Amino acid sequence: MSAPDPTLVRAYGDTLNDGQIMLSFSLPVPFGEEAKEAARQLCRQMGLEAPQVYHAHDLGEGFTHLVVYARSPHVVDTTQLRVTKMEIAHLSKDQTETLAAQKFTRKIRVLGACTGDDAHTVGIDAILNVKGYHGDKGLEAYHCLSVKNLGAQVSNERLLGEARQFQADVVLVSQIVTQKDCHRSNLAALVDLAEADGVRGKLLFICGGPRLSHQVALELGFDAGFGAGTLPSHVAGFIVQQLSAR
Amino acid sequence: MSQLVATFAPTPPGFGCPPLQLDEQSVARARTLAQHIATEVQDRLNGQSTVAIERTVLRLFGVVGATPDGEPLANHIVATLHAAGLLTAGVARPFCAAMAATGLDAQTLAQAVAQGRVDLLAHAHDRELSPETRAIGEQLAQGAVARILARRHERSRLIGHLGQGVQPLKYVIVASGNIHEDVIQARVAARQGADVIAVIRSTGQSLLDYVPEGETTEGFGGTFATQANFALMRRALDEVGTELGRYIRLCNYASGLCMPEIAAMGALERLDMMLNDALYGILFRDINMQRTLCDQRVSRRISALAGLIINTGEDNYLTTADAVDAAHTVVASTLINEALARQAGLQTAQLGLGHAMEIDPLRPDALLLEIAHAALIRHLFPGAPLKYMPPTKHMTGNIWRGHVQDALFNFVGVLTGQGIQLLGMMTEAMHTPHIHDRYLALESAQLVFAGAMGLGTELRVEPGGKLEARAQHVLQEALVLLEEIAAEGLMTSLSRGHFAEIARSPTGGRGLEGVFAKAPQYWDPTADAITAALVAEGQLEVAQ
Repeated sequence: MSAPDPTLVRAYGDTLNDGQIMLSFSLPVPFGEEAKEAARQLCRQMGLEAPQVYHAHDLGEGFTHLVVYARSPHVVDTTQLRVTKMEIAHLSKDQTETLAAQKFTRKIRVLGACTGDDAHTVGIDAILNVKGYHGDKGLEAYHCLSVKNLGAQVSNERLLGEARQFQADVVLVSQIVTQKDCHRSNLAALVDLAEADGVRGKLLFICGGPRLSHQVALELGFDAGFGAGTLPSHVAGFIVQQLSAR
Repeated sequence: MSQLVATFAPTPPGFGCPPLQLDEQSVARARTLAQHIATEVQDRLNGQSTVAIERTVLRLFGVVGATPDGEPLANHIVATLHAAGLLTAGVARPFCAAMAATGLDAQTLAQAVAQGRVDLLAHAHDRELSPETRAIGEQLAQGAVARILARRHERSRLIGHLGQGVQPLKYVIVASGNIHEDVIQARVAARQGADVIAVIRSTGQSLLDYVPEGETTEGFGGTFATQANFALMRRALDEVGTELGRYIRLCNYASGLCMPEIAAMGALERLDMMLNDALYGILFRDINMQRTLCDQRVSRRISALAGLIINTGEDNYLTTADAVDAAHTVVASTLINEALARQAGLQTAQLGLGHAMEIDPLRPDALLLEIAHAALIRHLFPGAPLKYMPPTKHMTGNIWRGHVQDALFNFVGVLTGQGIQLLGMMTEAMHTPHIHDRYLALESAQLVFAGAMGLGTELRVEPGGKLEARAQHVLQEALVLLEEIAAEGLMTSLSRGHFAEIARSPTGGRGLEGVFAKAPQYWDPTADAITAALVAEGQLEVAQ
């Protein structure tokens, strides 16, 4: 096998450049040959070649579920990619504690909340609670951090009020529900409010959630964003490194 | 059939749970303590009512609809009285007195009050309940009970006529935000084998102190619970169920600040299941504990009368606390929830106590621990339907792995004789389910259930082995916790963070301003009529 050409990257199945892609979707078309043909045509319109319907299932009510394999002739030049990512080292808890001990004489105050209507505290709790997530201790377990978790359904106004009272250095916002992009408008509103209050530049604003990324966070005016798979030590390490750089 | 399993839906041959040797004295002691805890807290709250309970009285009287500004008439009337400090005798007194004085029916009077044509406050000062006023209230209350019982009998008739799914009932959610899309999704799910359709509510509805009106097409993470939405989905499920020859159950949420009102709407629209937890709103929505503990009692009495199955929410505790260390808190809470439910007249076959432990699936013996916990709950509540729910905490975005985890949970559910299996979706924690996510979940459950249906009564647990020891250990820990709660009282316990590692204060949280002490002349004819009906149905032993 020849080495992959980074300027001409195709999807990979089992042979370089075979372009193999799997799709799984449903169509509002009654089960039958027409549904399969509609699926194939849809794939061709996506620029895929040789679409094969591996499985079609009658969902009833005029719907069909399909599993399609096809070949994608498209290429990506990976040498030209520009991706926004966090340019910061991943520190272990011990490394973060050591760095904080060198740089700060007091504890860093971190205020966390799940804002808006969102009632899902799983994410913020996994990051903040002592127990943490996947064997990685939560921020409450850090000696260098003083943590307050406001829980769910906190309004942006209340969050900023609490931040003032707590004299927070860092505000952590969790957003799980993303229907109709409510997380984006909610997060953007927080930044607007913080700017109006004149505290935007004084605090570190961080958001997190399964559908968030660093790039989206920056677009929304946050200092950082953490997506799926984030461990508490990622967040703690970022906070301490970022604040020591200030 | 195993005697452990309820008779709310048919059980296939061999369905049940492997026998478990538990210390029966501990079991009996735990149950006694739970009863003691429930009685103590009920006694403390008997002298209180809430704005939600008063609005429920009006809804049972037949008051529906909203003002032109969208404020429900029930809210408008109760809020007006409460603001004037005239709610302590109950909404029924001034309302029925005004009906007697004006000769208007309940709905017309409610509209007249909202339009400012009748001043209800003028009727709130009468010390004596006139015989005429009393007769009007009693007649309205009996009418409400009759309507609820008629829906209950209608359900029995339909199940008898159409038939129904076998246990474990396959329970799936719809949550598009638009009730009309939900209907399509639900009809497809029924065709793919679903027995129960739960319409997830829009996030934040639990904190609304009113029930929205009408058919709704916008929601976040779910669809608003409204009486019109209930009716629309009920019709759709009856229609598809008739075609399929299988009664399809409908589930929603009697929880949050409008707990009893939604229970009343569910009873009137023939819902079959209601998420209804005595502690959930306190812990996870920061609703004031006095408010929820008062509201849950009324909502459960209505559900008891409606023949609904209630589902409790203990399956959520361990999303915040550690699943193995805190397993006993789930057990303790199910026992307290059971005791509170029985005091409200709910029967064994109506207790869909919810459970499941969100153990990290990569932990060694994770499956063994899940089976031990599931079997323990099964043995603690013989005859109760029990709702088993797969974990959402450990869904990673890898849908293939998630699908396998859900399949394993389906296996644990059928192996341990759980009555209702909430089917996990591979895309859980990513988006609300797509039409095919639900189909794939149902297909997987059917495959696992068909193959493992008879295992529960065939297999034996190693006496004194890991599994039995784990179940006994969790029971013992639950017993210690219950002793502690019984000694200090439930409200104090909740303020000390015994459940889900969340602490709540008796005067903190949302909705306390809607709780009030009943005056000596307090009167609620619906409560009296419901009690009488529950006694007549054999669901309550004595009039309370």
